[in-house]
Amino acid sequence: MEHRKNIIELKHITKTYEDGFTAVDDFNLEVRQGEFVTFLGPSGCGKTTTLRMIAGFDIPTEGEILLNGKPITNLPPNKRPINTVFQRYALFPHMNIYENIAFGLKQKNTPKDIIPKKVKKVLELVDLEGFENRSTTTLSGGQQQRVAIARALVNEPQILLLDEPLGALDLKMRKEMQLELKAMHRELGITFIYVTHDQEEALTMSDKIVVMSEGKMQQIGTPEDIYNEPINAFVADFIGESNIFNGIMTGKLRARFCGGEFVCVDDVEEGTHITAVVRPEDVILTAPGQGNIRGIVTSVIFKGMHYEITVESGKNEIVAQSVNSATPGERVGVKVEPDNIHIMIAEDHTNIFAAEINKNWELEYNENVLNVDLTAIIRGSRMMEDGTLLDANGVEIDKRKIRIMVSIQPQHIKMTDEIEQGMVQGYISNLIYKGDHYSYVIHTDLEQDFVVDDEYLWNMDDQVGLLMPVEKMTFTVKR
Amino acid sequence: MYKHTFSRKYLGIPYALFLLLFVVAPLIVLLYYAFTNGQGQFTLSNLTGFFTNPNTLGTLFYSFGIAIVTTAVCLLLAYPTAYILATSKLKARSVIVMLFVMPMWINFSLRITALKEILTWIEGNLAYYPFLNAVIGMTYDFLPFMILPIYTTISKLDGALLEAARDLGAGEMQAFLKVTLPLSLPGIVSGISMVFLPAMTNYVVLDMLYNSTYIMGSLIGSYFAAYNWHGGSMIALILLGIICLFTLFTGGMEEEHTRGGALL
Amino acid sequence: MMKKAWKVLVIIAVLLFLYLPILVLAVYSFTDATNIGAIRGFSLHNYVTLFTTPELVQMIVGTVALALLSAVLASILGTMGAIGAFYSKKGMSSAITTMNQVPVVNADVVTGFSICILLVIVFGVSKDTFVPLIVGHVTLCAPFVFLSVTPKLKQMDSSIYEAALDLGATPFTALTKIVIPQIFPGIISGFALAVTLSLDDYFVATYTKPATFDTISTYVVNATKGSQTTIKTALWALSTVIFLVVALIVVLMNLRAGRAASERSGV
Repeated sequence: MEHRKNIIELKHITKTYEDGFTAVDDFNLEVRQGEFVTFLGPSGCGKTTTLRMIAGFDIPTEGEILLNGKPITNLPPNKRPINTVFQRYALFPHMNIYENIAFGLKQKNTPKDIIPKKVKKVLELVDLEGFENRSTTTLSGGQQQRVAIARALVNEPQILLLDEPLGALDLKMRKEMQLELKAMHRELGITFIYVTHDQEEALTMSDKIVVMSEGKMQQIGTPEDIYNEPINAFVADFIGESNIFNGIMTGKLRARFCGGEFVCVDDVEEGTHITAVVRPEDVILTAPGQGNIRGIVTSVIFKGMHYEITVESGKNEIVAQSVNSATPGERVGVKVEPDNIHIMIAEDHTNIFAAEINKNWELEYNENVLNVDLTAIIRGSRMMEDGTLLDANGVEIDKRKIRIMVSIQPQHIKMTDEIEQGMVQGYISNLIYKGDHYSYVIHTDLEQDFVVDDEYLWNMDDQVGLLMPVEKMTFTVKR
Repeated sequence: MYKHTFSRKYLGIPYALFLLLFVVAPLIVLLYYAFTNGQGQFTLSNLTGFFTNPNTLGTLFYSFGIAIVTTAVCLLLAYPTAYILATSKLKARSVIVMLFVMPMWINFSLRITALKEILTWIEGNLAYYPFLNAVIGMTYDFLPFMILPIYTTISKLDGALLEAARDLGAGEMQAFLKVTLPLSLPGIVSGISMVFLPAMTNYVVLDMLYNSTYIMGSLIGSYFAAYNWHGGSMIALILLGIICLFTLFTGGMEEEHTRGGALL
Repeated sequence: MMKKAWKVLVIIAVLLFLYLPILVLAVYSFTDATNIGAIRGFSLHNYVTLFTTPELVQMIVGTVALALLSAVLASILGTMGAIGAFYSKKGMSSAITTMNQVPVVNADVVTGFSICILLVIVFGVSKDTFVPLIVGHVTLCAPFVFLSVTPKLKQMDSSIYEAALDLGATPFTALTKIVIPQIFPGIISGFALAVTLSLDDYFVATYTKPATFDTISTYVVNATKGSQTTIKTALWALSTVIFLVVALIVVLMNLRAGRAASERSGV
């Protein structure tokens, strides 16, 4: 693998549209000859835009694209030795299958006697021998897909781009085509760049996965890397099912999250804000008192191969997968082996907590009303006269299905001795001198850790109230 | 670096220039001529002249009169026709609909000639009933333009709506009044806009049927014949104003309900 | 709601109103009568006059030639305009669409008069050059081509153009080989509409045509004012001929549509 050269390189690619929306932001990627690379991410993450820039349909606002070391950034699509399989196939409806496949060859002035041979060969490759004279409209979705692939492959492209090619197929057909595409990739040795929002598809097919979110590359690696060592909460959440907790390092190889102390294998400096990821299959349910934390089983769902068991522990919830069932209401212990805890350093020390909407349709945290306009937080919503809130589509918003996440920076929180004046109360569990200020960790009565910056020295274990000005808070909506 | 030498959007430039030159520029010229006199000086006299001269005002009212009556007659004839066509389960429906469309493809002056011969035969002398003949002529000319949009709207109505109305206890008449009629309103509106404006301006129909009274269109013709571009421009501008008001009032023209939509 | 007999009666009555004059005229065009009502013998002299009087033949040929030329020009301009507007930025696109709508809603009298003022009075273009007449008819027709092409562009899968580029076609080839075939039905119906509009037009022609040239409409309108009965009855023949041609076209179209439908259901 190491000896192979880079076939395509994206250097600091940024795409900003005229309306100011940045679809792709400083994107860097190297793809080696013959690799199967997948861009994975939710819709709107910039994966299709990136693909379109490689194809030549979009021109990057900044940055450079190199093909075999030569810049092709502004080269129009028809001059690139790259072909695309489109999301909805984009077969030419006024041409039969032969004409569709021969189209690219004719553009390149391929000798007339060679075209039929090449078309025949590529039709064999996609298992559609003898379909030359059929009209595209008489084909099933899967057959149209094969024609689209054949039409691209017949040009012997250096790179084949596939834009969610299996999105329109049903589940069974999709699984079949996944295997076939993978087999074709092995057989032809062409570089494949594949776009999908389906993590399972990405994990099954790819040599390398690029996880994207909001125009930025989040992580790049083999499917195993991405699954086992997600680099941040987004990747962990997007790939597979995960329990994700905000926590803090409390000592060497010791972390506190989910209301308990855990031993871990990642050596992160004490006092660092962390995100801990635990896969449900790694959560072990034990007898009460034997695990790291205690909890009560709140729901048990049979999933065919295993049970999905939700355990409530204080204010936290943890999901476990187990071959053994449990009974709701049962008291259990929860244990996680050190090497199954994946610790990530939180990107910054922003404090994030969930607020609730109370019955008066006000935002509330720890029984304190946050004086903010809900309609300004939930985009497009409006308040009705009876106090109910309608979303942009005019549908009443279900209070229980919506979570408002509040973020506030450490320097905007003040500690006070008159603890009842604080929005939440807790004790100082950690302090680090940061040169010009102290960074405190306050463990609250709600089992959360807040990071607070303060220039004065407070004592460990002091009980404090936290003053959090609403105007310094930012709000995001989670459904 | 390679630059795109051809882009699809450049194709719009010739047409945009064409429209600027032959649609926008003529309107600007109209505006200029309407508010100047023979010496090229600014004047409001063309405008005030129109609204103070009893003859021109009379023409305006006569035009409205003809247009309103013609539109009403067309609507009364067209709605039942369109309704019957749209709701019938006839196999030959498309052929019958074609029969209603066909007259639009026959030159209107020849059709009016035919009508004139028939009316002359019936009435003896056309001069006895000028207003009636004008209305008959216009109706004869414009009726298909009223039938077609109404037919299109009614035939696109979801049959389940009527069944739902019946299911909820509405009688046949009530279901028609509460469901079909309100929902066919867009078709009625576009039919009206396709009949009303031509009825105010198509003075040839009147001319051919020996009705010598002026309507708005004839005023332009007479100013034109008299080489009075300024007066003619003002009439054209007033007509444009009426058209604008009318278009605003009917909520703008939907693409499929323009003349083109009716003819296709 | 209505009894079936009533429904049929209404349809027949309206159809009679629309067709009776044309049909009566058609019958009388085969006689030597000069007025409806008079009963005379069979004669083809109206048809002989129609096809042998140079004035009449020139007028018919001129009208058809004008309609075809205007429709071709309008189809080219309107199609280019529709494609251009469809792929332009929003501002440009809505500017073209708005301008395009003006001749559609405008009264033909105003369109014809304003073009005459601009070209003949302001720019001093002679009507004898036929330029004002052709410009007038293209202005009248092109917006309808634009309107019939635009929906086809909207229906088209936008990625097939990109697919053509991706397969190595130049933008021009992609347009001519992929986009144009896709919107061709729209161009054809736009063209047909343009021909009809031009053939039917009186107002634009009367303000922009050369004094020595006549279209069917302007000729007929002037002829009805005169008292030349030979010409008058020859026009009855013209009316019948046009009626038959239109009827023939409708029948052919129906046959083709019927065949296409049965082919589709046969698959």
